[in-house]
Amino acid sequence: MLTQGCNVLKWLSPDPFEMHEWALAEAVLATAADIARKEGLTRITQVRVKLGELQQIETDIFRYALSTLRSDAFRNARFVIQREAATLRCRRCDHEWRFQSRELGEDEKESIHFVPEVAHAYVNCTSCGSSDFEVVTGRGVWIESIRGVKPDA
Amino acid sequence: MPDPRSYMIEERLRSAKRILVVSSGKGGVGKSLVASLVASVLAREGKRVGLLDLDFTSPSTHVVLGAGDARLTEDRGIVPAHVQGLEYVSIVSYSHDDPLPLRGADISNALIELLAVTRWPDVDYLIIDMPPGTGDAMLDLVRLLKRVEFIIVTTPSPLAFETVKKVVTLLSEMKVPIAGMIENMKVKGSRFIEEQAVILRVPYWGALPYDTQIEDSLGSVSKLLRTSFGKELREMVLLRLR
Repeated sequence: MLTQGCNVLKWLSPDPFEMHEWALAEAVLATAADIARKEGLTRITQVRVKLGELQQIETDIFRYALSTLRSDAFRNARFVIQREAATLRCRRCDHEWRFQSRELGEDEKESIHFVPEVAHAYVNCTSCGSSDFEVVTGRGVWIESIRGVKPDA
Repeated sequence: MPDPRSYMIEERLRSAKRILVVSSGKGGVGKSLVASLVASVLAREGKRVGLLDLDFTSPSTHVVLGAGDARLTEDRGIVPAHVQGLEYVSIVSYSHDDPLPLRGADISNALIELLAVTRWPDVDYLIIDMPPGTGDAMLDLVRLLKRVEFIIVTTPSPLAFETVKKVVTLLSEMKVPIAGMIENMKVKGSRFIEEQAVILRVPYWGALPYDTQIEDSLGSVSKLLRTSFGKELREMVLLRLR
């Protein structure tokens, strides 16, 4: 039975290399490596990453991409990946609500997946219908923290 | 923590030998038409050319090119569509016919996202069509891309030039190179814009005529290039860019 926990099947077929998650993983690794260099870390032990739900990143693909693309500096690093719920606030009536991707069609979901701001074309305030809203939480991909070892530590 | 996406942008655009940004202070001066046809002329001369439409709230290069909902594909990021011999990316592929009301921060986010995840193939030129003005899109582009050159489009009207002048001043203050200024929709022999370009020390590329055939030719690059506007623009591009 295919359950939500079996997302791995999605990227085994047709081709994991086609996935947008790879581009985001590449960006996270480049950023983390740069921060580590600036902080003088020779070994990175943990990278904590947040995935905002608005973009509907597939965690399994993203994790797989991180482990495949990582350089030597990340050899022993643990990637802690957490999801953050997407909440939206209407700028017209101040109503706040949680983004639910299941209310959208597949094309619309895919468009938001690539460029989250496209949500403004397809999502409306659940109270007044306005598409002038703010993404309060859960947009994009970002690094929460990095842990590592300095040479003289 | 820094934005991971910003780290990838220079890397993503390394495959573009030259990045030309078509901009203006004013809307309605013909930026999208100029950007689309500059790209098309270069492509027809055998150059590899990308065209990126960054006018998110009012995209129109797809109308000029007759691109419809050009389908972007996915291969470790976004891969441009092939349209009229160009590598083409527009937000229209995702927003389709729906209005896309974006405020400043949203425009910045969408711009950074697109630049960070689009995987351009090797191109000789990447032409970028900008929204009007000196807002978030222009400021972000100048901040994130270190080797852009601007092509400024204006009309002969002092009303348009009043704002265009501010764009030129801003870019000059930020030491961003301006490849040239194009005067569009010229109907009479005034040398006002040419003289102003000299004062501003911007290369004046020449004038494009106001052409009533343009509207009927939209959607067909071949037809557009056969108009007097298209022919003049072609000469200008071959002289200045080839």
